[in-house]
Amino acid sequence: MKKRVVVTGLGVITSLGKDVELFWNSLIEGKSGIDVIERFDTSELGIKIAAEIKDFQPENYFDKKEARRMDRNTQYGLAAALMALKDANIDLEKINKDRLGVILGCGVGGIETFEDQMSVLIEKGPKRVSPFFIPMMIANMAAGQIAMSIGARAINETVVTACASGTNAIGDAYNAILRGEADVIITGGTEASITPLAISGFSSMKALSTNNENPKKASRPFDKNRDGFVMGEGSGILILEELEHALKRNAKIYAEVVGYGTSCDAYHMTAPDPEGSGAALAMKKAIEDAKILPEDVDYINAHGTSTGLNDKLETKAIKAVFKENAYNVAISSTKSMTGHLLGAAGGVEGVVIALAIKNNIIPPTINLEENDEECDLYYVPNKAVEKVVNYAMSNSFGFGGHNAVILMKKYE
Amino acid sequence: MIFEKVKERISDILGVDADEVTMESSFMDDLGADSLDVVELIMALEEEFEIEIPDEEAEKIQTVGDVVEYIKEHTDM
Repeated sequence: MKKRVVVTGLGVITSLGKDVELFWNSLIEGKSGIDVIERFDTSELGIKIAAEIKDFQPENYFDKKEARRMDRNTQYGLAAALMALKDANIDLEKINKDRLGVILGCGVGGIETFEDQMSVLIEKGPKRVSPFFIPMMIANMAAGQIAMSIGARAINETVVTACASGTNAIGDAYNAILRGEADVIITGGTEASITPLAISGFSSMKALSTNNENPKKASRPFDKNRDGFVMGEGSGILILEELEHALKRNAKIYAEVVGYGTSCDAYHMTAPDPEGSGAALAMKKAIEDAKILPEDVDYINAHGTSTGLNDKLETKAIKAVFKENAYNVAISSTKSMTGHLLGAAGGVEGVVIALAIKNNIIPPTINLEENDEECDLYYVPNKAVEKVVNYAMSNSFGFGGHNAVILMKKYE
Repeated sequence: MIFEKVKERISDILGVDADEVTMESSFMDDLGADSLDVVELIMALEEEFEIEIPDEEAEKIQTVGDVVEYIKEHTDM
C-alpha cells in the first residue's frame, strides 16, 4: 500500500509572531508585519521598509556561542525547527534518528555574513576574514545546524530555487517519505536577507514597493495600485511524518500532504512567462498528483507578491487550470501581511495552508482596495472568512522560472 | 595585564566564563574550542595587540599560557 504523509508539527519565526498561535491570530486579524527598517541606516537607500523581525533573541533558543557561529538565517531556521519539533511532541530520546531528516529551502543564504566579511576584506585585508565566513554564509548550513543540534542523521538537503525554495523543499520531503527514505522530515524554509546589499539589488530590479510613507499599505497583492513586493524574513517549518509512524505515537495531525507539482517557465531570468503557462503546469501537476479535480480545491495560498507582473500572470494561470471554477475558489496572498520571505515564503505559506485546513478559516489579502481588471478573482479581500477547507494548495514561483505547488488535504 | 586582556577575548569568543580561564587552560581540551575558534581567537588577538602571529607559530599554540607568552615576547607590554 502506498505510504501517506501528514503534517504533525509547525513552527514559525516571522515579523507577525514568533510562535504559531500569535502568527495565525495576526493573519486572521489582517495585521501587517511591515514597518520601517531599523536594523541599519537606510538614508541612502530608495527602500526604507521591510517585514523585519525586531525582537528576536537567539539566546532564547540556543546558547550564545552557538548563536555567534550562525548567520541570522540559520538562527531563524533552527529556532523554528525546534519549535516545530516541540509542537509535534517528538521524543528525541525515542525516535530513530537514522530515519529523521531535514530538507530546507533557502533562496539567498547568509548574505548578512557575506556583507560583513566583504567589509572586513576591504577595510582590514584578507588576513582578517573570519574562519566562520564560509560555514556561516553557505545556504545549506541551516539544515546542517538543525541536524547537528538534534542528531538527525537521515537525508539532509537544501533546495535553492529562489522564491520557490520553501515549497520545493516541502515537496521533496513529501517524496522522500513516500519512497521510504525517512519516517520524519523537518522541512520548510528560512531566509534573512533584509540587508543593504540585498535590498539595493532587488531595488535596482524595480521589484520592491517604494511606498515608504505607508509601510502597512505597501504590500497590496492583486490591488490595482500595487507597486512591488516588500521584503520579509524569518522561517516557516513543518514536520512531515509517515502516517503509520504518526499514528503509533498518537501524534496530532494538522493535514495530509497529497500533491506536489513542479515546472520551469524556461523563459526569462526574472520575468514570468507572459501566459503564466509554467505556473499553470505546476498547479495542474499538483492537482493530478493528488488525484482530484480543480473544483475540489477550496483555498489557494497564492504566490501573490504584489508585483505588477506576478499577480496578473498568476491570475491568468489559475484561470487556465480552474476554468469557470476559477471564480469560486478562495485565493489569498498572506504576503500582504508577512511581506515576501523569498526562500522561506513556501515554508511559512505551507504552515498557513495546514492551519487553514485545520481551523477552517481562510486568512485575507489585506490592502485590496481597488480592483484591477486583470485580477478579477476572489482574493478574500481584507477580512478572513470561515469556510470548510478540505483541500488547500500553496503556490510559489521563483526567479529562474521555478514553479512549485504543494497541495494538502484535511486528514481523515 | 596581557593575561587579563586575553582572558576577556577568550571569554567573548568562546563563550566561557572568564573565571574558568587560567594560564594552563588548553583551548581545545578545557575551553571547548574547535580549530576554527582558535583561528578566530588568534586573529582577534593579533588585532588587539597589533602583532602578526605566523601560521607556523600559531600551530604551536595549545594553551592560554602559550599565547600570552608569545604576546609578551613580541610586544613592549
